[in-house]
Amino acid sequence: MKLTDEEKAMLAGAQGPARQWAIRHQIAVGEFFDASDFVSVGQAHIMADTESLGEAGVAWLEGLAALPKPERTVRIPTITDPRGLDFDSYKRLKQTDAMADIEGRATRAFEALGVLMTNTCINYQTILPPVRGEHLAFGDTGVVIYSNSVMGARSNFEGGPSALSAGLTGRTPRYGYHLDAHRAGTRHFAVAHQPHDLADWGALGGIVGRATNSYWEVPVVTGLEGAPNSDELKHFGAALASFGSVALFHMPGITPEAPALGDAFHGRPTPAAMTIAKADFDAFYAGYAARGDKVDVVVFAAPQLSLLEMQQVAGLLDGRRVHADTSLVVTTSPEVKFAADRMGLTRRIEEAGGIVAAGVCFYQSYAREMAEANGWKRLLTNSAKLVNIIAGYGYQPTLASMEHCVDSAVAGRIR
Amino acid sequence: MPIVLKCHKGIGPAVTGTALVAQDNFSARYDLDRLAGTFSRPAHKLYGQSYKDKILVLVTAKGGVASAWMLHEMAARDMAPKAILFDRANTILAQGAAFAELTMLDRFEAGDPTTLIRTGDELKLEPAEGRVTILDRDA
Repeated sequence: MKLTDEEKAMLAGAQGPARQWAIRHQIAVGEFFDASDFVSVGQAHIMADTESLGEAGVAWLEGLAALPKPERTVRIPTITDPRGLDFDSYKRLKQTDAMADIEGRATRAFEALGVLMTNTCINYQTILPPVRGEHLAFGDTGVVIYSNSVMGARSNFEGGPSALSAGLTGRTPRYGYHLDAHRAGTRHFAVAHQPHDLADWGALGGIVGRATNSYWEVPVVTGLEGAPNSDELKHFGAALASFGSVALFHMPGITPEAPALGDAFHGRPTPAAMTIAKADFDAFYAGYAARGDKVDVVVFAAPQLSLLEMQQVAGLLDGRRVHADTSLVVTTSPEVKFAADRMGLTRRIEEAGGIVAAGVCFYQSYAREMAEANGWKRLLTNSAKLVNIIAGYGYQPTLASMEHCVDSAVAGRIR
Repeated sequence: MPIVLKCHKGIGPAVTGTALVAQDNFSARYDLDRLAGTFSRPAHKLYGQSYKDKILVLVTAKGGVASAWMLHEMAARDMAPKAILFDRANTILAQGAAFAELTMLDRFEAGDPTTLIRTGDELKLEPAEGRVTILDRDA
């Protein structure tokens, strides 16, 4: 990689061991992906929940945090993805004090590095929305795909160590979705059945993701009637990234880099479309069906809920009560939680028996241990991303609309 | 003559070990019971199998960014695979391998390594040279 004088100085250790580690790590990754040089980035977003970090990762962060302040402080705004635990709700979710202790240690280490503990995977809705052409180093696949596709910003999937490196150096290797050449559509999907709700948008993302199945492919989706809203695109993108490892999509006439179909493919011939029909949606849902089964936990998360989703959940629960043998968990960002508290939405959800957790996203929160401690097995959610992830933690997941989820939570059985 | 497979320059140290191969993908968060050291997602083709100290040979990396930390955490507990070979890595696994100092290679000249390497093959991996040798099979 071609290095500037400043980058050479960082590599030589002139700016301390943290920045030296960071740029060395970035060069190893950059060379693996044939990056020619670095590109400056405006923000970094770190996924670093304590379950992923483990004791080894937290101790490593504490080592960085013990360095002198000028050497350890990030040099661009650096924010965090959901954490492993919410101090206000962890006891109700039967998470342990040991989990809270390690969470506290990780948080103190990040704060010592100058990281803002935003604890959110919907920063594009709540913190500072990215701008077209802006280079970023974002973690969380749902954040990256939304920022790239809906906002036209430029980021790869940056894992925690790489996003932290970008925070420390202010740059990232120029490869993948920082380059025009990788942003052209490569696959074409024609929607012949319109999604009706957030679960459907997630299902569509899952269907396209399964068929695309590569970080290096860019699906182009046509046939949609009207523009989806931000929450719909959030669920679509999160599922597409989860099922397919996809980081960028185009929707001609909707997303900014594809005013028309030809733009999505950068002027190249449009490939034949794979049609997505109602039968494809039906088959997707059928893969997770469990009608009549007792439901142990209903989860609204992955991604965290917007204020509007919080209002929808509260409205569906008004005047009702979650079944005594079923738990209902809602996760959102700290910013949305403050607003939901102020507007009475949290109270309405919790009076019906739900638990509202802030700064977490369920699957990043010791899901296996929560399942064991609470006796949870059958999980119902309107998040296609969550049904894809959570089976690996020993759950049996089912996908349904938000209304269907709430009806089932009240009945204690999948309706 | 052992079989030599050329690929893109990789990450991590040179290692030798035994291959565990599947035409499936990899995510540390979605697919593994990291405490037990086994594949735990029922739909995964290696479900129930131990990956500890194996050279995993898979098609691509899937899922979330957590794998970048998880490889490091698994290595610290001596519960990591010895190396991972992909047809095509994604950014997260490459970043995670760099952080954990785990060996990773991809982009093989002869095609998808899951069709070239068999479970049980003894492999020598040389990332700096972009070379994988199947030690116990002749060309």
